[in-house]
Amino acid sequence: MHNKTITELAQSLRAKEFSSVELTQHFLNRVNQHADLNAFITVTEDLALQAAQLADARIASGNAELLTGIPMAHKDIFCTQDVKTTCGSKMLDNFVAPYNATIVEKLNTAGAVNLGKLNMDEFAMGSSNETSFYGAVKNPWNKNTVSGGSSGGSAAAVAAQLAVCTTGSDTGGSIRQPAAFCGITGIKPTYGRVSRFGMIAYASSLDQGGSMARSAEDCAILLQAMAGFDAKDSTSVDVSVPDYCADLNKPLAGLKIGLPIEFFTADLNADMAATLETAINEYKKLGAEIKEVSMPNLKYAIPAYYVIASAECSSNLSRFDGVRFGYRCENPADLNDLYTRSRGEAFGKEVKRRILMGTYALSAGYYDAYYLKAQQVRRLISDDFKNALNEVDVIFSPVTPTPAFNIGEKIANPIEMYLADIYTIAINLAGLPAMSIPAGFINGLPVGLQVIGNYFDEARLLNVAHAYQNATDWHKQSPSL
Amino acid sequence: MNIQWEVVIGLEIHAQLATKSKIFSGAATAYGAEPNTQACVISLGMPGVLPVLNEDAVRKAVIFGMAIEAEIAPYSVFARKNYFYPDLPKGYQISQFELPIVGNGHLDIEVDGETKRIGVTRAHLEEDAGKSLHENFHGATGIDLNRAGTPLLEIVSEPDMRSAKEAVAYMRKIHDLVRYLKICDGNMQEGSFRCDANVSVRPKGQVEFGTRAEIKNINSFKFVEKAINHEVERQIEVIENGGRVVQETRLYDSDKDETRSMRSKEEANDYRYFPDPDLLPVFVSDELKAEIKAALPELPEAKKRRFTTDYKLNDESATILTASRELAGFFENVVKISGCESAICANWITGDLSAALNRADLEITESPINAERFAGLVARIADDTISGKIGKQVFEFLWNGSESADEIIEAQGLRQITDTGAIEAIIDTILAANEKQAEQYRGGNEKMFGFFVGQVMKAMQGKGNPAEINKILKAKLA
Repeated sequence: MHNKTITELAQSLRAKEFSSVELTQHFLNRVNQHADLNAFITVTEDLALQAAQLADARIASGNAELLTGIPMAHKDIFCTQDVKTTCGSKMLDNFVAPYNATIVEKLNTAGAVNLGKLNMDEFAMGSSNETSFYGAVKNPWNKNTVSGGSSGGSAAAVAAQLAVCTTGSDTGGSIRQPAAFCGITGIKPTYGRVSRFGMIAYASSLDQGGSMARSAEDCAILLQAMAGFDAKDSTSVDVSVPDYCADLNKPLAGLKIGLPIEFFTADLNADMAATLETAINEYKKLGAEIKEVSMPNLKYAIPAYYVIASAECSSNLSRFDGVRFGYRCENPADLNDLYTRSRGEAFGKEVKRRILMGTYALSAGYYDAYYLKAQQVRRLISDDFKNALNEVDVIFSPVTPTPAFNIGEKIANPIEMYLADIYTIAINLAGLPAMSIPAGFINGLPVGLQVIGNYFDEARLLNVAHAYQNATDWHKQSPSL
Repeated sequence: MNIQWEVVIGLEIHAQLATKSKIFSGAATAYGAEPNTQACVISLGMPGVLPVLNEDAVRKAVIFGMAIEAEIAPYSVFARKNYFYPDLPKGYQISQFELPIVGNGHLDIEVDGETKRIGVTRAHLEEDAGKSLHENFHGATGIDLNRAGTPLLEIVSEPDMRSAKEAVAYMRKIHDLVRYLKICDGNMQEGSFRCDANVSVRPKGQVEFGTRAEIKNINSFKFVEKAINHEVERQIEVIENGGRVVQETRLYDSDKDETRSMRSKEEANDYRYFPDPDLLPVFVSDELKAEIKAALPELPEAKKRRFTTDYKLNDESATILTASRELAGFFENVVKISGCESAICANWITGDLSAALNRADLEITESPINAERFAGLVARIADDTISGKIGKQVFEFLWNGSESADEIIEAQGLRQITDTGAIEAIIDTILAANEKQAEQYRGGNEKMFGFFVGQVMKAMQGKGNPAEINKILKAKLA
């Protein structure tokens, strides 16, 4: 059952080959069998089976949607009413939100079955899932390597087929990088495409929810249910959502693909370069034209990102003060003690590091040199992309410099860890949509191809990915667990 | 030392905007609810929640800006002011910093008969914090977040005021204006209107400002005057004793009538302002501006000017009657319905009606006598149906009942007697019964005239036309 796509499962459910309850139980069994991957923080077995029962009734009554009865799971950054939402932090280990995130609400309405909450880097700050209070997620392809992050649980759960599809969030590569490391497909939509309401904020101007699955088609189906304007999120954009499945099979003949010369340099790992070249050749066969593009400001993306994201997070995480919810230290002596110990004891190292960096960057006398400058750089990077996307339809690049690294390998060296996101970060600064699609293996570990598109052009990205997946079977490979 | 000191004052006024819901959420803003019953997930700063701007708050800020002839920013930006405090749920206050919605404007105040123009530097939108409750928690602190997220307009003046008196006049003027515009209820006890004062002193003639102290959270006109005067004295004393005023924030203690240091400049928070990424810039379109302008009420100044020219009212009456839109409207209705001289309408409204409303602690909108019934009273006084004295009786009936003035006059038999024959008959009876007093009058005791008027009025139960009585009495006593 776990090898089927959403469309296939929906057909099977309607044909009564098996019920959603049976399907859900099957996935719950897999979740338990592969608990060593540490993909889930919370498994909501009873709620999932209840939802499956309702889904079965709805399917029987004939008004089911494609996702009705499909077992999926949410990254633990999305608030779920009455179910613990930790954001991967000790700070929220006891936090049960009194409300649902907009996308959780939408997927509940669609009848999707939520199996539980997925592991992630603490407050989505990390590129390996090692900063999670609940421990690292293991990569299903090699349990000694990282799943990537911050949506590591989301990626590993799909790769190990513990859920049909999952939600993720992406601030600097947090959907695409773990998708690449785990050999699955993930899409970070245009900033504003998916509501951020109820998605615990890391860096508000960069955060964007998206979908992760084994294929572009499944990503399209899940994204369809998540996307759209939300009056509760002032930064969500009121642009109509097209049918993401309608154009999946459009031929690629004449598609213009841009390759940024800044990304395809001699520095690029030779195996990675070779893998990507194979993928690019496949696209040529599908009728695409390849063109070099230049984006000279890309080299500033990492410093600009770490100034902006840290600045925003230093403010966003101020609400975790031990006063109203979340962790509170034992017997605080006074207010200051309450603040400093609650935050000191409950935040992990990486979170503290970014809060400190952000606080510094926003300080009086430094604001212009850091935050303002970073925003100017951000504008230049956006302009680079806009110019490039005037010449081509989509831009290709690596997702990561290397395949998944070993657990423990980089955690002690933050700068090296930050460089793991070198190819993904600029896209968030520009607010553009981008995907990661499986494009091969290096030493048995999956490698991803990044497809970047124009604003609100998700349908084209999904089409470009789907065409490739029709022609190749990288996305169909599964790890032997 | 014999230096002449000049006082320099600037005020930051916080006016709570009278919107139904909070500035960034749908939670209610009503005052006095049980703690935390008006605190939604957004007021509580729950993880993942986002602010959505209340358009009515923007509209009210624009109304204020137009009333002080200020520039309305076509594009303004919300910023986060970061600091930790238990009743500040998010750890930051959403405010406006570099780009406020209302720019340069001005307002004229009157002190000791002289008009002075006070500049308004800016007015910006922001959210209020909650309240920390220190009583009844046995060593702990209670947090009430009902007020958190209530919209405020912070109105920042230029340092244009030169005395506590001017500062109070300015504060009153703004207070009158925001209530007049119905953008703030002005209730100072409930904290809907409060102010911080920046105070400094400098030797007269010096161009540079002295070092200022900011006095926080003053919530009455009386305290503004006292706090400023006290602070001025303190600063002069410091300087004259060879010291230097330090830039700091001070708190006014109304119980002890003194200000005391809260924090110095060095201890001041670094608020780390930056544009709030959860909110889009606020665009005020020309259409919105035009729409608001068209709906803007006649402003107090213009109305007062019109009342003195069109209705020929004196300055005092015009000032009183234009203090609120409702009172002005009431007056205009009474004039229109009664068709009487505006002076008599004004006298009765500013006199008996205002006094009665004050006694009962009622607003004009809550008056038991509406304009129509009141006009009925004024009309009967003006056409001599009743005297002013009887008018006061009729007023009491109007206040306590629901009949019209005519019905009351009829039912109570209060119609003034102007029939000279009837008056003559009564005068004759009175003169016959008081021959001695008549002799005294004729003998030169002028006071006796009053005695006869009183006797006649008494006999006529106050309904005699005083002018007629005087005329006939004079003739008969000649």
